[in-house]
Amino acid sequence: MLQITYKDYAALRAHGEETYPHECCGVLLGRSEPSANGAPVRNRVRQIVRADNTRTDSAHNRYNIAPQELIKIQRHARTLGLDIVGFYHSHPDHPAQWSPTDFAEAHWIGCSYVITSVEQGKASITNAFLLIGSSEEDKRFTDQGIEIDVQNIDANPARVKAKLPLNPQKGKA
Amino acid sequence: MNIHIPTPLRVYTGGAETVSIPGGTITDVFAALTTQFPELKQQLFTGEGKLRSFVNVYFNDEDLRYLPEKEATPVSDSDELTIIPSIAGGCCTCCPLL
Repeated sequence: MLQITYKDYAALRAHGEETYPHECCGVLLGRSEPSANGAPVRNRVRQIVRADNTRTDSAHNRYNIAPQELIKIQRHARTLGLDIVGFYHSHPDHPAQWSPTDFAEAHWIGCSYVITSVEQGKASITNAFLLIGSSEEDKRFTDQGIEIDVQNIDANPARVKAKLPLNPQKGKA
Repeated sequence: MNIHIPTPLRVYTGGAETVSIPGGTITDVFAALTTQFPELKQQLFTGEGKLRSFVNVYFNDEDLRYLPEKEATPVSDSDELTIIPSIAGGCCTCCPLL
């Protein structure tokens, strides 16, 4: 499960709308909670950080975060007592489903990869995938539920959680 | 020197985010690191002993690949080594990988 506040969830979707028709990208900072067997089952996002897409040659269908920027973000996370627990990017006019390129370039096992489809400039579906495995050779993506914490929204102090559908293409957030 | 371990590799360092290794060269530091944490070796290096293509290593703020002496660069206790896997991707499912 990926837990994220509504504010951060809305912000990463808005980022995709702002950069349309190009892909946006960013980093999810938070904490991973391991399961009994040591595998993280829940990534709790506490902050999202926007990153520059360095793939200016093909920004409509590729993204890349410069390692130097990633190191700065990791240092920032350390000062907050947080870790990098995932990444997000957008798919302009493409489904919110991981692509062969996403898979080939995914190396952060245990981290969440959040993808938002942006259709004609409007954020549509947002899905999360957890990269699991023990190495490059046996890694794979698995669907990950998104739990949105809407605490402190407007005047409603109640803690409400919206659990989004696991099936990537059957529900709109 | 301090070596900063990224989130996905901490499972191989007992959860340690930072590992301290005595100086020498970067090669010496990697040798000591993978001796202390043997499972890290196959995560970082190919069977031929080369750094995997997606593993970025920064010596302080410099990319290891662009250091004049590369892995032979001498290090001191105040230096930092950061291991950071690459992050990239993209939506296109119709085209060859670019």
